[in-house]
Amino acid sequence: MAEIVLDKVTKRYPDGALAVQEVNLEIADGEFIILVGPSGCGKSTTLNMIAGLEDITDGELRIGGQRVNEKAPKDRDIAMVFQSYALYPHMTVKENMAFPLRLAKVDNATVEKKVKEAAEILDLAQHLDRKPSNLSGGQRQRVAMGRAIVRNPKAFLMDEPLSNLDAKLRVQMRTSVSRLQKQLGTTTVYVTHDQTEAMTLGDRVVVMRGGVVQQIGAPQFLYDQPANLFVAGFIGSPSMNFVPASLENGSLRTVLGDVPLTDRVRQLLEGADAPREVIMGIRPEHFEDAALVDAAALSSGGKFTHQVDVLESMGSDKYAYFNLTGEQAASAELQELAADAGSDDVPGDGISLVTRLSSASGAVEGASSEIWFDADKVQLFDPASGRNLTYTER
Amino acid sequence: MSHATTAGTAKTEASPTPVTPKKKPALSEGKKAERRLGWLLCAPAALTMIAVTGWPILYSVLLSMQRFDLKFPDRTEWVWFDNYVTVLSSPYWWNAVWVTVLLTVFTVAIELVLGMSLALIMHRALVGRGIVRTTTLIPYGIVTVVAAFSWRFAWTPGTGYLAEALGGDPVLTEKIPALLVVGLAEIWKTTPFMALLLMAGLALVPDDLLKAAAMDGASGWQRFIKITVPIMKPAILVALLFRTLDAFRIFDNLFVLTAGSQGTSSVSMLTYNNLIKGLNLGIGSTMSVLIFIMVAIIAFVFIKLFGTAAPGSDDGGKR
Repeated sequence: MAEIVLDKVTKRYPDGALAVQEVNLEIADGEFIILVGPSGCGKSTTLNMIAGLEDITDGELRIGGQRVNEKAPKDRDIAMVFQSYALYPHMTVKENMAFPLRLAKVDNATVEKKVKEAAEILDLAQHLDRKPSNLSGGQRQRVAMGRAIVRNPKAFLMDEPLSNLDAKLRVQMRTSVSRLQKQLGTTTVYVTHDQTEAMTLGDRVVVMRGGVVQQIGAPQFLYDQPANLFVAGFIGSPSMNFVPASLENGSLRTVLGDVPLTDRVRQLLEGADAPREVIMGIRPEHFEDAALVDAAALSSGGKFTHQVDVLESMGSDKYAYFNLTGEQAASAELQELAADAGSDDVPGDGISLVTRLSSASGAVEGASSEIWFDADKVQLFDPASGRNLTYTER
Repeated sequence: MSHATTAGTAKTEASPTPVTPKKKPALSEGKKAERRLGWLLCAPAALTMIAVTGWPILYSVLLSMQRFDLKFPDRTEWVWFDNYVTVLSSPYWWNAVWVTVLLTVFTVAIELVLGMSLALIMHRALVGRGIVRTTTLIPYGIVTVVAAFSWRFAWTPGTGYLAEALGGDPVLTEKIPALLVVGLAEIWKTTPFMALLLMAGLALVPDDLLKAAAMDGASGWQRFIKITVPIMKPAILVALLFRTLDAFRIFDNLFVLTAGSQGTSSVSMLTYNNLIKGLNLGIGSTMSVLIFIMVAIIAFVFIKLFGTAAPGSDDGGKR
């Protein structure tokens, strides 16, 4: 058990490439922290530096108050779970789990006891004598977890531990990882590229992009108050809608019509030194079928009428997709997000909009529909820097 | 060999119910044609093998059972196992067997250690990987006879720098020093081959496993012994099998360096002396049959007892 402190930790490769740039992070004892970002954002490198598998070029890493930059992985007393599980193929499940204890020269009785305990927690008791090659993906994953927990390390590092599982099992394992972490109360650093895992698992989430930390905070806070376009677009599924907007005499002119600025938004903008041309972001759930909104809300929010392109009924909700004519919001961060999602090569012009409507909505695919949105929930971003102009440290 | 494998697969595919091998199911016309085609396709390879391998082996077995000396061709007759009795009761033969076995065991053991070190260096080399690999392979690229002559001159008093450096003793004229020199030449020449085979094995060890072991608290040496070696065991065994079989047939280095004098003959050397120099086809063939049997035993031990994957098999050895 220990806290982990990254103090301006930087990783520069010999060829000069900067993988991680001055990461500052204080991970409290027992905290479950998630490093998330698209591939190549430096999250795994950061994890490997904590593990000791990669050298730290600059800055200091402290575990339990002690500088560990120069310590070998084996002397840091932390356990790691790999995406590939990295089980030793020539050893049985039991030998795999006992391996760290044997290396630590723990006596036989204790090894037996600890392996048995871990196997019971992870429901592996009946597989102890099997080789990894005879196990299913989920079982292998649990063995990897077991190997980490037997030795009671100061911290767990997990490098996309669920990515090799199929979707259903992944959801199931997600809850058991979360439960296990709470039960053991061990500091955990978890790397993933999946924003759903990040949202559901962590006490706090660190969003990274190009080796730079974008924002650190509780999942809900990141969702409600993204610091910039990148975080706004990365967190949330379906992701936030972005449309170009210009600020004109107290309202926002957009393809969705003129949006009145609410008092809250106006106050925030005053302090933010906003440019005239901005990007408006609005989450799918802040739209609603205008027919279902009461009159007071209707007048204070924004409204537009457009043909529904595609309608997906999920039972509990309806997702209505619109394809509006107009320029897409342009920014480097949005382009990067699109490239990461692979949607940059999906053909299509104009602005696509995802809205989540109540299941009671009468919207019909192909027909025109009047849609209302909550003007108080819009977020405004500076297209040049990506900064969230409506951000509050609330 | 690959032809034979193909034919084998074709055959298994052709049998529709492999579960009941006792009752031979009637083959459909299509299956029969497929099977015929299988035989036809592997026939050229099979015939070639019989011509260049099968018949010579059989012929030397036949020769080994005759008194057959080209110096006295009219005294040729069938003596059955008399030649074997003669060879197996000869002190020369047993001396050659011991020389061969000792040379094999010591050179292969040292080659394994050196080859593994070289393989690790080549595998982990960060700078100049190409240069390291190329220079390592030079000895293996030199024709054995040429290399052997270089060694001979180097060890010859008066001309050789190695002989001078060690006080000018004619080392190649005494049994033990001569064998040491032969062993050294063998090791120098074939360690790169060992290193190459082992390096292929090292590439099979996933990096994640070594990282995981490091996280689990293993030191570098523990990672090597407990993770790397067990996982690359198949590659190590194949390398050992190849080298053991090769080393057991040692000939060219010995031929150039000592020509088998001072009791330094290997079994191959002795066989050559009897068969080619002595023109005694009977005794010579007996010796080659005995070598064949010993080599077969070595291969059997490696493949059956140690579970080495036989070259060409695709199941990765015994499970």
